[in-house]
Amino acid sequence: MLFKELKTNIPALVAVVILVLLVLTALVGPRLVSSDPRFMDLEHLKEPPSAAHWLGTDSTGRDILSRIVSGARISLSVGVIASALSLSIGIFFGLIAGYFGGKVDALLSQVFDIFLAFPSLILAIGISAVMPPGLTSAMLAITLVGWSGFARLVRGITLSLREQTYVEASRAIGASSPRILFHHILPNALPLILVAGSLRVGGFILLEAALSFLGLGVQPPTPSWGSMISLNRAYINSAPWMVIFPGLAISITVISFNMLGDFLRDKLDPRMQV
Amino acid sequence: MGYYLLKRVLLFIPTLLGITLITFVLMQALPGDPVQGMAGERATAETIARIRSELGQDRPLPLQYLGYVKLLATGELGRSYYTNRKISDDLLQKFPNTLRLALAAMLFASIFGIGLGTLAAVKRGTNWDRVIAFVTVGGISIPVFWLGLALMLVFSLYFRVLPPSGMGNGRLEYLILPAVTLGTFSLSYIARVTRSSMLESLSQPYIAAARAKGLSETRVVLKHALKNSLIPIVTLIGLDLGSYLNGAVLTETIFGWDGLGRYALDGILKRDYPVIMGVVLFGAFVFVTMNLLVDLSYHLLDPRVRIKSET
Repeated sequence: MLFKELKTNIPALVAVVILVLLVLTALVGPRLVSSDPRFMDLEHLKEPPSAAHWLGTDSTGRDILSRIVSGARISLSVGVIASALSLSIGIFFGLIAGYFGGKVDALLSQVFDIFLAFPSLILAIGISAVMPPGLTSAMLAITLVGWSGFARLVRGITLSLREQTYVEASRAIGASSPRILFHHILPNALPLILVAGSLRVGGFILLEAALSFLGLGVQPPTPSWGSMISLNRAYINSAPWMVIFPGLAISITVISFNMLGDFLRDKLDPRMQV
Repeated sequence: MGYYLLKRVLLFIPTLLGITLITFVLMQALPGDPVQGMAGERATAETIARIRSELGQDRPLPLQYLGYVKLLATGELGRSYYTNRKISDDLLQKFPNTLRLALAAMLFASIFGIGLGTLAAVKRGTNWDRVIAFVTVGGISIPVFWLGLALMLVFSLYFRVLPPSGMGNGRLEYLILPAVTLGTFSLSYIARVTRSSMLESLSQPYIAAARAKGLSETRVVLKHALKNSLIPIVTLIGLDLGSYLNGAVLTETIFGWDGLGRYALDGILKRDYPVIMGVVLFGAFVFVTMNLLVDLSYHLLDPRVRIKSET
């Protein structure tokens, strides 16, 4: 049903097609692109886009297209893994806080609020600065920044689902708390959780790009979109393509995720249905 | 009313303590000696001894944490490894610059965000609505640092109408590009929220009544619908303003703006941990305070919220 609606919604359909292509690029792309993203062709420095280098080369002669293609793997995997991790943590604590209520809820909610009290990039900077910079620390930082928002959302949904008749019925026949939580409440909360998750992936990818831009993400020579921009920004005047293309890659990816998220929200969130 | 306010202000305290607990844990994870970290590389033996005794590293962790909070309560954020200046002095010196940038960005974001959102709601389903929807999705998706570089490329390097970086001793043209860069994300969010809030207001019976009594459409939209849609928008503006330090780190870096954001980046690049932690703490403090103010003003502005929390 969702698929049928997708076919009539052109922007969302385009977004899905772009995302599928991106995932394919991340999976097999590095094998399709002829040149090595780390190979420095010292004969061809800072060359504008041409037939040999479709998106040009950077200040050390590396092919920008192949660097963007191999950066896709980093950006997508960080976005998706950080979303999955923070969703899992958020769902777990959100369910517990919402279902058990009382002191458990008060305590957990306070913890959610404390994590939400930091501006996201600032907290991510604090976390990744104390660890050796790299993919793992960026992912961990994004997860620690992201989980509390999901937890608060799941808590809210659980609070309202807890009062539903079917939950009461299942409690009456003696179902255990884990069973009620995972068999009755979670499946019914899933659409809303999915919407929130899809709306956040884009934000996580932006956060990863920002950390890489600040030098706190993946370390050179591994290419990532954010670090490509920061490494090349000194040449913005003489060789703008070195900065423009990686930025376009980030923007197109995040726009696609956000369009998909908006589409899912319109379809799945009952509060949006008028 | 009084009870609610008191409760809300009291809840502020555990949040602040929680924030310090997180930064305390992060400080423990720091490579190297945390005391040296707080005191700075060129600290005198006395300073180190004083901080060591305040922190009491031989004591159990909970007591160490109490010592840390005590230090923070006296405004002691430590000193920079490199300049040996007090972090608290630096923060206070840089803050006004960031505040000026943030206010300019928010002014830009509010005017255009509310304008575009209202237009999209009034022209719902038309091409206007679709174009605005696309532009605002773009606005929340484009990386701030890339937007800044792109604007700089177009307006400073290509057309040469605006200065590429620096603060120009407070001249207005130096403020434009950084403010637009920092404000675009909020602009887009404000436009999206304004649109949905306006759509809700426009479907209310009092709008039909206003139209039925023959008011002009402009008057119906601006006076009746927009005024009643403002509360979620004002909330968003307040919360966004509190989180501007996020974007400021990136924007100030690009435009060479001498504020907290660039100060933080300098700290990151030099692994100047006391500076990084100082900015993290300060950012969280500003953010939490803004949240509190928004909550309280919400309470004062909207009679419906007031009644709800009293019963």
